Amino acid sequence: MAETTRGTLSHLKVLESEAIYIIREVAAEVERPALMFSGGKDSIVMLHLARKAFAPAGIPFQVLHIDTGHNFPEVLDFRDRVVADLGLNLVVGSVQEAIDRGVVREEPNGSRNRIQTPVLLETADKHGFNALLGGARRDEEKSRAKERVFSFRDEFGQWDPKRQRPELWNLYNAKVRVGESMRVFPLSNWTELDIWKYIAAEGIEVPDLYYAQRREVFERHGMLFAVNDLCRPADGEKTFVESVRYRTVGDATLTAAVRSEATTVDLVLAEIASTTVTERGATRGDDRVSEAAMEDRKKEGYF
Amino acid sequence: MDLLRFATAGSVDDGKSTLIGRLLYDSKAVLSDQLAGVERASRDMGAGYTELALLTDGLRAEREQGITIDVAYRYFATAVRKFIIADTPGHLQYTRNMVTGASTADLAIVLVDARTGLKEQSRRHAFLASLLQVPHLVLAVNKMDLVGYSEEAFQAIRAEFSEFAAKLQIADLTVIPVSALNGDNVVDRSPNMPWYEGASLLHHLEHVHIASDRNLVDGRFPVQYVIRPHDREYPDYRGYAGRVAGGVMRPGDDVVVLPSGLPSRIVSIDTADGPVEEAYAPMAVTVRLEDDLDISRGDMICRPHNQPKVSQDIDAMVAWMSESPLRPGLKLAVKHTTRSARALVQDIQYELDVNTLHRNADSSQLGLNSIGRVRLRTTTPLLADEYRRNRETGGFVLIDEQTHDTVGAGMILQA
Repeated sequence: MAETTRGTLSHLKVLESEAIYIIREVAAEVERPALMFSGGKDSIVMLHLARKAFAPAGIPFQVLHIDTGHNFPEVLDFRDRVVADLGLNLVVGSVQEAIDRGVVREEPNGSRNRIQTPVLLETADKHGFNALLGGARRDEEKSRAKERVFSFRDEFGQWDPKRQRPELWNLYNAKVRVGESMRVFPLSNWTELDIWKYIAAEGIEVPDLYYAQRREVFERHGMLFAVNDLCRPADGEKTFVESVRYRTVGDATLTAAVRSEATTVDLVLAEIASTTVTERGATRGDDRVSEAAMEDRKKEGYF
Repeated sequence: MDLLRFATAGSVDDGKSTLIGRLLYDSKAVLSDQLAGVERASRDMGAGYTELALLTDGLRAEREQGITIDVAYRYFATAVRKFIIADTPGHLQYTRNMVTGASTADLAIVLVDARTGLKEQSRRHAFLASLLQVPHLVLAVNKMDLVGYSEEAFQAIRAEFSEFAAKLQIADLTVIPVSALNGDNVVDRSPNMPWYEGASLLHHLEHVHIASDRNLVDGRFPVQYVIRPHDREYPDYRGYAGRVAGGVMRPGDDVVVLPSGLPSRIVSIDTADGPVEEAYAPMAVTVRLEDDLDISRGDMICRPHNQPKVSQDIDAMVAWMSESPLRPGLKLAVKHTTRSARALVQDIQYELDVNTLHRNADSSQLGLNSIGRVRLRTTTPLLADEYRRNRETGGFVLIDEQTHDTVGAGMILQA
C-alpha cells in the first residue's frame, strides 16, 4: 500500500491497524476463539487481516462456517480453497442437517437466515468457542451502527442493546463468564467502499460472483435474481440475459444481483462510489421484512 | 485520504440530528433506500415531515420511545477525508455516552440553539470534551435563521462560551454560526451571514490540522502479543506485536523494557508487508530485539531516557458508569494499555460538579454518571503517563470483577 507521511496514515492504513489490533486482542484475551468465514468479501478481508496480524506465524484460530444449504456453490469452492491454502481447520455447522434432525424447522418463506441462528449457537457450544470473530460492519444496518466492537452475548447468545458495555479508547473488555460469549467485529468502522478499496490496494482475490458477467436473470419484487439450482423463476416470471454482479453473497435463494458492467475491481470501485442504494437494500430480500428485522435476529443470537 | 473521528453532542432540540442528516445527505452518505425507510417510518409515526432523527435512531425502543439510547457510529467521506461520527445522545446516560464517544475523537462538536444560548448541558458537553482531551472543539451555534442571522446574537453566545472555555483545557476552539435546517454554513458559506468570515463546518472538518495531535515524542510500545512461529522456516523468530502508542521507533534504537527495566536494541520492525524504517502511532507492527529477554503481554518497550512511571499508586479522574457506586475499599479489575491488574479504591479526593466545575471534597462515593478524583492502589505496577501527555497510555477502564461490566473510565493525573 502507498507510503504516507509521518503522523498521517491513510484512512485505510488506520482501519487496517485498528482491525489487526482487535484481532490480536482476541488471540491474547480469549481462550477458544473462532473466525467466521463464509467466502464472502467481508470475511475474506477479515481473514487477510488475521494473516497479517500474526505473520510470519500462522493464524491461531479455527475457522467456522454455518452452511445454510443455500450457499452459492462458487462461494463454497472459494471457501474451501482459501482454507486449504492457509492450512486452517474449518468447522462447518449445517442447517440442512439440523432440519433433518428436527432441531430447526424451515420457515414458510424458505429463508434460512433466521433458522441458522440456533445452528450457529449449537456449533459454537459444541466446539467450546467463547468468542466469534465476524466481518459485520456498522454501516450495513441501523442496529449494527450501535453495536460494540466486542459485543457481549449472554448464555443464550442474545444481544441486549440496552446492556452494552461502554467501549473507551481502544481498551476492549473481553471478559465473560462460563456460558457467556463475545462476538467481535474488527471491521466495525469499515464501509463497503473501504472494503473494496482495500481489496484493490492489497490485491485480494474474491469469488467471481462479485464481478459482472452476463447471466440469465428474472425480476422479482423489483430485484434481479440470477437463475441457479437454488433460485428458479416462478410461473409467469420471464428470464432474460443481463450483465449483473453480486454486491453481497448471502442466501442464494434470496440474494439478488445488480445490473453492472463492473468486470474488474477498479470498475467495482467506480460503481460503488456512484451508487444510490445500500448493499442490503439492493440485494437482500430478508431485510425488507421490517425496519427492525436485523435487530430482532441479533437479539436471538444472530451475527 | 486521512481519517477524522468526531463526536457530536447536543439534544434533538438543538437540531443535532438535522445537522448530522445534512452532513450525511450532502456528502451522499444517505442512500435512497435509507431515505425511503425513514420517510416510511415518519409516516407510520404520524409525523408530517421526514424525521431525520430516524436515520440515527435505529433500535426498536428508540423508535417507539422517540429517544436515543446509545452512541451510534456513522460514516461519510468527501474527496478530502473519511469521517467517523460518534453520535452521542444528549440526555440519557449522557456522561457514559459522551465519554465513550469522545475517548477516540479528534474533534467534538457541541451544539447550541441560537435562541436560547448556552445551557447547562452545553457547558457539560464542553467540559467532558476537555476532560477527555479531545484536541479540537467546535461550538456550532445552530438555528441562526430563527434569530434573523443576527451577528449580535452570535457574538453574545461566543463571548459567553469563550469565558467558560477559558476555565477548561481546550487546545483549539472554533465557533461557527449555522442553520442545519437551511444548510447555512454547513457545507457552503452562507450568503445570509456575510459578517461571518470563517469556514463552513464541513470545510473546517475537512481541513482541521490533526497530524500533530498524536504524540510523536514519547516512545511507547505496549506489547500486545508475542509471535513465535516455531516452524521450519522461522525456528527462532520471536517478535513483539502491538500498536505504537507514542513516539517514533526505528531499527537500531536503544530501548528499555518495562517493568523489568532491562535494556536492549531494536533489530527490526516487521509487518506482513515487510520491515519498515520507522513506526509511529497508530501503526500495528512487530518489533524484534537484539537480546533474548523474557517479555510478555502487558510489558512496554520505550526509550532509556524517556520512560513512563512504573507505579502502583494511581491518581486519576474517574467517570463512573455503574448504578452501584464507587466507594473506598472497592476492588476492581483494571485494563490499561495491554496490561491487566486489580485495583483497590483508596479514597475519593473530591467529586466534580460537571455543571459548575465545583469540587465537593465531602463526597464519600461516586454515583452513576459522576466524575471525581480518585486514588487507586494496584496489585501490579502500571506503566503510566499523565493522560494529558498521552491519551493511550494515560487512560484506563475499570471492570467489575463479579459482573465483568465496564464500570469506570480513568484518566491518569499522577502516578
